[in-house]
Amino acid sequence: MDENKKIVYPYMPNSVESIKKEMMDALGIKNMEELYSYIPEELRMKGKLNLPKPLLSEIELKEHVEGILSKNISCNEYLSFLGAGCYRHYVPAVCDEINSRSEFLTAYCGGTYTDHGKCQAIFEFTSLMGELVDMDVVALATYDGSQAASTSLRMTNRITNRNKLLVPKTMNPEILAHIRNYCDFMTITQVDYDPKTGQMDLEDLRRKISDDVAAVFIENPSYLGFIEENGREIGEIAHEHGALFVVYADPSSLGILEAPANYGADITCGDIQCLGMHMGYGSGLSGYIASKNEPQFIMNFPNHFYSLYENEKGEFGFSRSLNQRTSYGSREKAVEYLGTNTGLWAITAAVYLSLMGPQGMYDLGKNIISKAKYAVEVLSSIKGVKVLFEDSTNFKEFILNFDETNKSVEEINKELLRKGIFGGKDLSREFKELGNSALYCVTELTKKEDIDRLAKELSDILS
Amino acid sequence: MGKIKLRNFHQARWDEPIIFELSTPGQRGILLPEIDDEIVDRVGDAEEIIPKKVKRNKKPQLPELSQPQVLRHFLRLSQETLGQDINIDIGLGTCTMKYSPKIHEQFVRNPKFSELHPLQDEETTQGILEIMYKTAELLKEISGMDAFVFQAGGGAQAVFSNASILKAYHTDRGEGDKRTEIITTAFSHPVNAAAPHTKGFKVITLMPDEETGYPSIEALKSVVSDRTAGLFITNPEDTGIFNVHIKEMVDIVHEAGGLCIGDIADANGLFGIVRAKEMGYDMCHYNLHKAFSSPHGSMGPCCGAQGVKKFLEKYLPVPVVAFDGEKYYLDYDRPHSIGKVRMFYGVVAAVLRAYSWIVSLGADGLKEVSELSILNNNYLMKRLLTEVRGISAPYSKERFRMEQVRYSWEKLKEETGVGTEDVERRCMDYGLQEFYQSHPPYLVPEPFTPEPNETFSKDEIDEYAEIMKKVSQEAYENPELVKTAPHNGPISLIPQPPITDPEDLIVTWRVYKKKKGID
Repeated sequence: MDENKKIVYPYMPNSVESIKKEMMDALGIKNMEELYSYIPEELRMKGKLNLPKPLLSEIELKEHVEGILSKNISCNEYLSFLGAGCYRHYVPAVCDEINSRSEFLTAYCGGTYTDHGKCQAIFEFTSLMGELVDMDVVALATYDGSQAASTSLRMTNRITNRNKLLVPKTMNPEILAHIRNYCDFMTITQVDYDPKTGQMDLEDLRRKISDDVAAVFIENPSYLGFIEENGREIGEIAHEHGALFVVYADPSSLGILEAPANYGADITCGDIQCLGMHMGYGSGLSGYIASKNEPQFIMNFPNHFYSLYENEKGEFGFSRSLNQRTSYGSREKAVEYLGTNTGLWAITAAVYLSLMGPQGMYDLGKNIISKAKYAVEVLSSIKGVKVLFEDSTNFKEFILNFDETNKSVEEINKELLRKGIFGGKDLSREFKELGNSALYCVTELTKKEDIDRLAKELSDILS
Repeated sequence: MGKIKLRNFHQARWDEPIIFELSTPGQRGILLPEIDDEIVDRVGDAEEIIPKKVKRNKKPQLPELSQPQVLRHFLRLSQETLGQDINIDIGLGTCTMKYSPKIHEQFVRNPKFSELHPLQDEETTQGILEIMYKTAELLKEISGMDAFVFQAGGGAQAVFSNASILKAYHTDRGEGDKRTEIITTAFSHPVNAAAPHTKGFKVITLMPDEETGYPSIEALKSVVSDRTAGLFITNPEDTGIFNVHIKEMVDIVHEAGGLCIGDIADANGLFGIVRAKEMGYDMCHYNLHKAFSSPHGSMGPCCGAQGVKKFLEKYLPVPVVAFDGEKYYLDYDRPHSIGKVRMFYGVVAAVLRAYSWIVSLGADGLKEVSELSILNNNYLMKRLLTEVRGISAPYSKERFRMEQVRYSWEKLKEETGVGTEDVERRCMDYGLQEFYQSHPPYLVPEPFTPEPNETFSKDEIDEYAEIMKKVSQEAYENPELVKTAPHNGPISLIPQPPITDPEDLIVTWRVYKKKKGID
């Protein structure tokens, strides 16, 4: 290539020399450097950035990037039993169609008039989630489930003016790590569980709770897959001590499982990736927070609210409201910081819930819980394989324990990989007391034959 | 292009009902496969599997619609949204509304990416780990910093992550209890105050010098002490003015034992011109959804790329993508890490797009991005300040600006009664997205902050300038026309005082129905 040849960049219309010159003439400058020559010399870049030679054409770029991506093997190619916070659910084509629309994909923070449609879609997201969790107040989606949990718990600190938290020992370690950093001024105590069922040990909860606890937090279904059945009792114990009850609930379970609000939750939170988002190596995560319709809850949300209003013509409009709570409204006086989150995923979840409707969510729940039970039964019959917490019911995930085999989870997963299967997440480091265990996941995309195939391969590997 | 012809724009106006109003009992939008008979034979009816104590008593009151009706509803809503792709989105300054190349969308929707689970064996994710590793390498060169991670789901979360590292650093040095204050400036992004405050720091905000627009050295010296943990600063600030004393300020904070955290959310004027390293920053962040072209997605998902110097690397959130010379891997063995700020590894889709963008431009292309952004901005400024009545740009009047300018319609307001909100709404009738007024505090009266980045053509910038000229002229000749705008929007102007009482909040349809007494 001729080094002196000026490049016209397709994304930069004014890179054409004659246009550039026309604009420079308008400013009375001879070269571009004059525009920023007031920046002190010692701050200015000497020479050029040391970057690879550019792939100027779209053809070269496409070849290059797709070449790198081709080194990946996806869950479309291998059979996956991975979950643990990110799930392979079916993504309806209409979800992709809507979130590919230029208007939604490339809009940003426009308001009531210019982005009326976006504002309505966000209002519909919060409304649909409100029905799913049976609560009146839902905010625009936050970064992910772990941020939703962390913010929910800080809300309880502000509402109760207390700073102790009780969380289950069975909880997702990634979320716990996030909470430990985000709520670092709060004392976190883990509540024990029944080794047979995984259910929260209510005696231990009673021992640990006191009148200075801000919140009792549970996951339902648990990170470890079992359905927590004592939500009502846990909520009552929390409330007896003036603590709030926060439940982290998987939206894909709520067609069949009771909304936490109906067994006492004051705040419900979780992740909506399961509602129409591809996994994208974790890119599809997005959090939700819902609460009771009480001022002390509302005013402690740090997230955007899109409130509906109506004129005399019966037209609806939507406006970002109660902005004084947010850092866009009042900088450090805000309840927490706020930034750009996951609007496109909120809109996608609205599409998903509109497609599914009440019957779809019910069918989804039934489908998953049936397959989980089938998988538990089939896999636990393999010699040496045990299912932990067998006295509980599993929703989407369950623990396989391999203590009675002579292989570690790591070894088993390597062998499964060679057969084109992603085995469950290795729990042996996070939950030492569970021994040589892995967390397996099934969804509506898992077929009976897939479970049978896993059973056969595991039998072969372990025999 | 010759003379600019202003558009007689009309936004789509569908009077689209709320989705719940479209519900017809019994309709279905999508079906799932029946549960396999053999599964039912083995485990029984799902109804019997659900534990009775937590079985849902009443189905969620979601709407019931067929698929074409769902699609049509959301397509109509999309038409009532002015995305960057369809308008001259110069108005939303501080946001860098640049063109997001469509080829990148093919990459992120490729199943080789979209169907990757974050916990897959690394043997099967070498491609995406390579992209993450190499993007970090590219950002290291672009910034001069020593390490990057992408875990933060946006710029604000990256500032919080930097504040977390700041706290860990001082705590490790035994000064955690003493260094409790951070310093920021009034024209730095609000999150530079809010995120450290969320982490427990007391915030001191420096006000701008009336002449230059940035704080004086004396102002900084008067607040720096042995309580100073760090300086959180955006440069160029929201005014588009580059603070030429930045290095001196950083040195003062360093001498006092504090660290300096640069907010480079908007890097568009800096590529190949000024780096974080030379400004003396210890930490910084880039918003990959701004200067690095990832689309804004109706407010996310996005990514705050967090960069630090070597001595702070050990604190970065886990995991960090590493390379052993043969393979890429996720390094969790980092005992000093602050832990997690988001699950897994962040919005990797934004990293994939940023990688694609950087390698398609190279060093010359990146510098071209910044030079054209600065050229476009100053060209627009010249046109607005010389041709548009009622507009001004306070501070540093003798200098060119970087990538954006905070203007004021104060004079227009005084002379016509038409303020910045009115102008903003009127712009829509000419096919423009609204403009960004200002972050708080509103130091510039009747503010207006456009950012004509490198992806807008001269013709588009001229059209933008002509629209401002026209609206200003209308304000002087027929102020009511501007005050009652938009006239061609998706809904009528509904004068509405901002909601400040939680009792007035309606964020769900069920609350609306309760207030209206509808079943």
